[in-house]
Amino acid sequence: MFGHTAQDKQQQLAPLPAPAEATPPATANRLAIVLFSGTIDKLMSASIMATGAAAMGMDVEIFLTNWGALAFRRGDYTSNTRVSADYADYRGTLLEQMAAKKVTSWMENLEGAKEIGNVHITACSHTMTLFDLQLSDLEPIVDEVIGVAAFIEGARDSAMTLYI
Amino acid sequence: MATTYQVDKTVDAKGQVCPMPIVTLAKAFRDLSAGQILAITATDPGAKKDVAAWAEKTGNSLLEMVEANGVLTFYLKKV
Repeated sequence: MFGHTAQDKQQQLAPLPAPAEATPPATANRLAIVLFSGTIDKLMSASIMATGAAAMGMDVEIFLTNWGALAFRRGDYTSNTRVSADYADYRGTLLEQMAAKKVTSWMENLEGAKEIGNVHITACSHTMTLFDLQLSDLEPIVDEVIGVAAFIEGARDSAMTLYI
Repeated sequence: MATTYQVDKTVDAKGQVCPMPIVTLAKAFRDLSAGQILAITATDPGAKKDVAAWAEKTGNSLLEMVEANGVLTFYLKKV
């Protein structure tokens, strides 16, 4: 008769592919930041997170993409006063208060972070290509240009990842 | 009244706004030897918990925090 046993069936099926490489546990003492934004409110937020982490002995990996990469064009930070459009009505107050309270700028924060800790800043090659930019067009604080795979590989086991 | 400590280094972070107090603290600590004591003053209210968190994370010892007239003084020992 037909007489296929379960075992026969198993042998007829193609073997299962090897399991995909397991994602490593996210425990590395590192903060990874994908910095997409280029408005000073968000650049400030990213810089404070990076600086705090660096001060606490964490490695910091910052991946600049889109407006975040443009914000690091040489000299741009000296004249960038863009604020998120949704909060355009707060722009004046924000700028006034930052000056009145002598708050360190986001670029100063990042420079300080690099001085006290292990901070690595990279720029997204897709963005760089779109806007015809090379590493030399960016502030020297940016270490290199990399693609998405390199970023993901370098950041996937980070204890903390932020998208700003 | 704070216990009298044998302070090896004093740092003024008054007027500094987050994240500067802990950046100043981290920088000052680099030059210390194990066992030395640092006193740091700050006015940033966030510094209260920030300094404690910094000490916890870096494995250094926060000996005491004194608050007087809006000024926070932290005594830390390098481990």
